[in-house]
Amino acid sequence: MTQKHSAYAGTMLFFLCSTILWTGFLWPLNTWAQTDSTKKATQLKEVQIREYRLTEQSKSPTPLQILSSEDLKRINSLSVADAIRYFSGVQLKDYGGIGGLKTVNVRSLGTNHTAVFLDGVQVGNAQNGQVDLGKFSLSNLDEIALYSGQKPELLIPAKGYASASSIYLKTKAPDFEENQRKQVELTLKSGSFGLINPSLIYRYKVSENLSASINTEYIHADGKYKFRYTNGVFDTTAVRNNGDVERFRLQALLFGKFKNGKWHAQAYSFLSDRGLPGAIVSNRFDFTQRIWDRDFFIQGSMEKKLSDRFSILINGKYGYVYQRYLDPDYVTTTGFLDNRFKEQEAYLSFSGKYKINSVWEAAYAADYSYQTLDANIYRFPYPNRNTFLNVLGSSLTLKKLTIQANVLSTTVIDQVKLYSSAGNKQVFSPTVMLSWKFLNNQDIRIRAFYKDIFRMPTFNDLYYTFIGNTLLNPEYTKQYDVGITYFKNFNDKRIKFIDFQTDVYYNRIIDKIVAQPGANLYRWIMYNIGLVNIHGLEINAKTAFEPCNALVVNIALNYTYQKAVDVTSKQEETYRDQIPYIPKNSGSFLARIDYHNWHANYGFIYTGFRYNQKANNIYNYMEPWYTHDAAIGYEFKLKNGSININGEVNNLLNQYYDLIPNFPMPGRNYRLTLNYKL
Amino acid sequence: MKHLKFTINILFLVVLASCRKDPKPLPSEISRLEPEPTSAVKGFYLVNEGNMNMNKASLDYMDLVNGIYTRNLYNQVNPEVTKGLGDVGNDIGRYGSKLYVVVNVSNKVEVLNVKTGKKIGQINITNCRYITFNNGKAYISAYLGKVGDPKAPNGIVAEIDTATLSINRTVEVGRQPEEMAIIGSKLYVTNSGGYSPPDYEHTLSVIDLPSFNEIKRIEVAINLHRVKADRYGDLYVTSRGDYYSIPSKLFVIDTQTDQIKKVFNIAAGNLVIDDDYAYIYSTEWNYVVGKNKISYNMINVKDETIMDRKFITDGTEKDIKIPYGIAVNPTSKDVYVTDAKDYVTPGKLHCYSSEGRLKWSVTTGDIPAHIAFIN
Repeated sequence: MTQKHSAYAGTMLFFLCSTILWTGFLWPLNTWAQTDSTKKATQLKEVQIREYRLTEQSKSPTPLQILSSEDLKRINSLSVADAIRYFSGVQLKDYGGIGGLKTVNVRSLGTNHTAVFLDGVQVGNAQNGQVDLGKFSLSNLDEIALYSGQKPELLIPAKGYASASSIYLKTKAPDFEENQRKQVELTLKSGSFGLINPSLIYRYKVSENLSASINTEYIHADGKYKFRYTNGVFDTTAVRNNGDVERFRLQALLFGKFKNGKWHAQAYSFLSDRGLPGAIVSNRFDFTQRIWDRDFFIQGSMEKKLSDRFSILINGKYGYVYQRYLDPDYVTTTGFLDNRFKEQEAYLSFSGKYKINSVWEAAYAADYSYQTLDANIYRFPYPNRNTFLNVLGSSLTLKKLTIQANVLSTTVIDQVKLYSSAGNKQVFSPTVMLSWKFLNNQDIRIRAFYKDIFRMPTFNDLYYTFIGNTLLNPEYTKQYDVGITYFKNFNDKRIKFIDFQTDVYYNRIIDKIVAQPGANLYRWIMYNIGLVNIHGLEINAKTAFEPCNALVVNIALNYTYQKAVDVTSKQEETYRDQIPYIPKNSGSFLARIDYHNWHANYGFIYTGFRYNQKANNIYNYMEPWYTHDAAIGYEFKLKNGSININGEVNNLLNQYYDLIPNFPMPGRNYRLTLNYKL
Repeated sequence: MKHLKFTINILFLVVLASCRKDPKPLPSEISRLEPEPTSAVKGFYLVNEGNMNMNKASLDYMDLVNGIYTRNLYNQVNPEVTKGLGDVGNDIGRYGSKLYVVVNVSNKVEVLNVKTGKKIGQINITNCRYITFNNGKAYISAYLGKVGDPKAPNGIVAEIDTATLSINRTVEVGRQPEEMAIIGSKLYVTNSGGYSPPDYEHTLSVIDLPSFNEIKRIEVAINLHRVKADRYGDLYVTSRGDYYSIPSKLFVIDTQTDQIKKVFNIAAGNLVIDDDYAYIYSTEWNYVVGKNKISYNMINVKDETIMDRKFITDGTEKDIKIPYGIAVNPTSKDVYVTDAKDYVTPGKLHCYSSEGRLKWSVTTGDIPAHIAFIN
């Protein structure tokens, strides 16, 4: 009953907000239509942006993969998690459904080693170190970029140096045509799982130097889908229950410019109410657990060139994350198990870059963050963490050779209100990277990087009642990577461009934090015991061609080979076994076709067999899975604005598969998108 | 041309290897061990708990006479059961010609033909924990009496008719009841209260079997778990403590007076009583070194003293990472100890002779735990 009530309230809230926004915005709207010349200009701009991005990818000394807003609009995705599957070296951990937890593991290093940045500021999770990418909508994103290693720039916050790989999500900045003051975009998605997903983006140019953007989105889904399990003898098809989701997101941004600089600020709120579908095990298909999320943050960024040589960047954030978990199967003396977690974070960052001469630059960045966690669980120590990051970096940019090196100092001071704390830690971590264009007239480059970094034990690792172990050390990773990139742009040819990147890498995880049994089943304890060796190969290729007039085909191909073996102890029978959930082979293929107002795309994702526990035996074997997704759309102009209709089919061949055992993924499903732009 | 053909063949192989296979029931695996042709006990079943949410509870069978250990027997014999034995096998018991496997997260008790392992029936009980038998009835403890009632934290014991496999009667006991033991016409069940730390239960519920009423609760200690009856009318009860400041202990209850008769300050993780001996292993968490301290003890239940004798005497106990299950062969007095290792790899079953020497070891399923003998 309570659930229905809140769903109703959420729907009302959304429609109320939308109505206010619409009446406020549409009323004084100037008529503005896209003419042919502006369309041409847009196309030209797109080409330029594409070339810029590809050049960036191929010049980057650390492997960089980008999905642009055009890609994001076109591939069949609802959230960042769906889109990120097309990157190489990435394993998505997905518990299925719209509301299910979706986290990403880059190059087998583990979820906690990937940092996610939204508009330059890290989205943290001190509690478990994992960012749920399913929470981030694609509707207002300009780009998703994945850097293995780190972003090879000097004017970035110190946090940008502090993880083994980084995902940068960039919100679309308003980009107005001449004489244009407002942009409105209304999208409605609907389809399988009872999905209703309206979203609204409104951008307004306040003055030449200030523009604002508001975007809001509501998702409602019953989360029901068919799944099937069979061993060839039993063959059971059932409907996933308790997967209902209700979400509301509101993001308001300001973008400003001033002399020799720019700034932006935003407020973000995310409300969610969802069921938690459990593991489908024998005799148990129905669940009643629920989760409520309330996330809110404000953040800002300012960049200024103080002189020809000196630039600074300042970032700041305050974040509040609340989660409530209710388990009606777990009846305590005070009623159902009802856990509430409150996490707060304050963050301030300063970075400066100084140009010593025309080829040599030096930079310094200092970050401070303060995180606290409150929970209403037994024996909770109420920890807080002060983190100081200091980086010294330098780069040398010669005609053919770019070298960047930096050393990061991390100081962590943990405090607790009760029981014992993990104390203080101080670590220095170096990174070196280079890119070398070794032929004079060819855009072939060799790149390499070495990065030594670690992740801190999370609050859960250290302090969670019965499980936490305050004696834990950080979990270290070492990455060695060598690659080749090639990029060539062909102007006015049938083939537009060719982009090719390949990398081989060797990673090592030392002191991997692993849960191990304690004195009994109720007392698992976290230990630093794992040792993992990872050898990998990645290939990315992209091209676009125009086989006949007006027909443009874009193709992208990714392949990843990973051998990630557990070398913790020679005494173990699992010595040199592939670690859980890492396939040896995986890949993806993406094709986009544009023809006049028509557009179509096709995506294929393949993940080879893998094991779901340490031992590589038949009982832990998981079948490969591969999905085909396709979409077709048509865009037509109205007197005012344009309408885009897009129909998608996901998992075309209706393959039933699990990413996490007993958490079934949806079979064939459909989505229809209506997008109106003004 | 030859090259092309070769390439095509290779490509074809790669494509084939990367595709999904036809689904098949998970196979059994066999290990050969030393046969004991004269063994009076034919063999035993072993339940591997499997990790929660993994649906990896499995049933192994040891044929002592022929020396054949079969892993994962259940799926081979019962391929038609949807998703197999289920999630977290918590107990096993044999009564007459039937074998009962309690599967905790799957909310069921599987009833199998003891000779073949073939499924005969199923009893659905939410959050069921342990099973014991008496006089044509099976008694099953379960954490939850009423589903979906926030004001009903108490557990139950359910009485099952072993002929019809239906629930006869249920009785409410304390919170999160665990093991049970029967002496005379009374059933004793340990209450743990593990869902509401630090508000643990601290009693043993006494149920009068004819009326199936809870007639009293005996005060013992917090967070009770194991209870085993000896042949002198005493109960051996373990307390888990609170995992922090209150240590785990072993208590002896005299069922004539319903009073604590003796306290052993050992962290008894599990115990089994055979004739006059109790075989005990204990796992104690040591805060200073951040490691478990494991020890193995024997108690003479006749005079209630810790014995000098050990049931592992050849030093091989150091190969056991986490002892997780224990059983004593009622005729040969061989001792079987399971090792759950790190819980996420297949475990081991070790057999020690009555003199305490390692006879054999075999790989089991994940988290080997509970054993039922077949004669």
